[in-house]
Amino acid sequence: MIISEAKPFPEILKSLEGEQRIFIVGCKGCAEACQTGGETQVLEMAKQLKQEGKTIVGHSVVDFLCDKALVKFKLKPHENAIVSADSLLVMTCGLGVQATAAVVDKVTHPACNVINVGGSRGEWRGDERCLECGDCLLDYTGGICPLTACTKSLINGPCGGAKDGRCEFEPESRECGWHLIYERLKKLGNLDKMRVILDAKDWSKMRPPQDLRSTIMWALERKEKEASAK
Amino acid sequence: MTIAELANQGKFVITAEVGPPKGVDIREMLENAELMRGKVDAINVTDQQSSVMRLGSLPVCSLLKERGLEPVFQMTCRDRNRIALQSDLLGAYTLGIQNVLCLTGDFVALGDHPQAKGVFDLDSVSLLRAAKNLEQGRDMVGNELEGAPSFCLGAVVTPGADPLEPQLIKLEKKVKAGAQFIQTQAVYEPEKFESFMKAVAYLNVPILVGIVLLRSAGMARFMNKNVAGVYVPESLIDEMEKAEKRMQKSVEIAARLITDMKSLCQGVHIMAIGMEKRVPEVIEAAGL
Repeated sequence: MIISEAKPFPEILKSLEGEQRIFIVGCKGCAEACQTGGETQVLEMAKQLKQEGKTIVGHSVVDFLCDKALVKFKLKPHENAIVSADSLLVMTCGLGVQATAAVVDKVTHPACNVINVGGSRGEWRGDERCLECGDCLLDYTGGICPLTACTKSLINGPCGGAKDGRCEFEPESRECGWHLIYERLKKLGNLDKMRVILDAKDWSKMRPPQDLRSTIMWALERKEKEASAK
Repeated sequence: MTIAELANQGKFVITAEVGPPKGVDIREMLENAELMRGKVDAINVTDQQSSVMRLGSLPVCSLLKERGLEPVFQMTCRDRNRIALQSDLLGAYTLGIQNVLCLTGDFVALGDHPQAKGVFDLDSVSLLRAAKNLEQGRDMVGNELEGAPSFCLGAVVTPGADPLEPQLIKLEKKVKAGAQFIQTQAVYEPEKFESFMKAVAYLNVPILVGIVLLRSAGMARFMNKNVAGVYVPESLIDEMEKAEKRMQKSVEIAARLITDMKSLCQGVHIMAIGMEKRVPEVIEAAGL
């Protein structure tokens, strides 16, 4: 299971600055289990955002938002609401945010940080798309993760090595992640996001916190070990 | 004097570079550096360029400094995490080295140790910021230093990148993060360079145009095919091909490029890549 936690509400609110009409997306998979993006949390978020003066144009809780093939199909019934929105707030793992960004030409804001993928890579096969860094940057990068899409995991823009939009390393099979991010942000009229200087990553956030280590599968594994020790 | 000090005085800054050897025989490298004495304002020392393991930039910068030559310590984020980078910055200052060029670094798999783990804990922007923090007496997490260093921080840009905008956005971040001078990737098209300089004029930072000496027509074609943001026009390739004395032609082309572009920018960075002994001739031919 992909374990996420909610970003602090002020951070979410800041990411929505200048945007009035918001469409909220949740997920009935891991995000529901983590209580970060199930129906309950989506409705709660809608309420909180309304209190902050935002207009919630709609919401959808999709089963397995990480399944890119399904996302478009599942969001289709909400097309008009989504088209009318300034942006989407996606209350799931980084895969869900990226899958949504891949099918909707709107700014997609992450509402969660992934702190562990628990051995699961989600339903969007082919590539590692979330590094479980614990401090999701997708808000700044057009819904394309620079840590996984850029060979060097650069967070402040491209190196000088890309040629024709391809990475300096294995260009025949790798696109330049920052070229994709740039094109996406340009398309969304959101290039100012790229101008923000991001702090060096705090890699210590990748370590699951102690309280989480006492729950879910860690607890199961520990019990198994204890049982086999007996 | 540091590069920024020279540029601020209105001096047209001339830099060249030496590449440390793979091994410990430093005689030829030092000879090359000696040839540049009095001709250049500073000498860049590359940091395991192209991800090839070799003698490091920091000890060589120190050797140059001991000999009264002004080094530019090139520093990539490829091989060191933030602890080692900050420590080496402190080390550089204690050795009298102040010019630091902050680079991302090539990807490890392109070098001679493709098995290595690439670090990239910081990127060029956060490295500049970290250096700036050290100058203010603090490390990256805010701990106080016993004695603060002072640097002249540099960064790089590729004026020929296509599209250029992502490079410009990053350049702006580098300047905001603390870059005091900029060296460019090789430029062979003065007209394009002119429009690049117009686009970055607002940053108000000294820019040293990059000149890579052409060894042959083949080298030019290789760069056109493989090096991002570098384009050698056909007319120059033609000149190289037809030249009877290739080395002389190479010097002539480099000098002409400098002459054509020196009024546009604040300095030149000559990358001789194996032709270091020709650098004094280039400078002379360019009338600098």
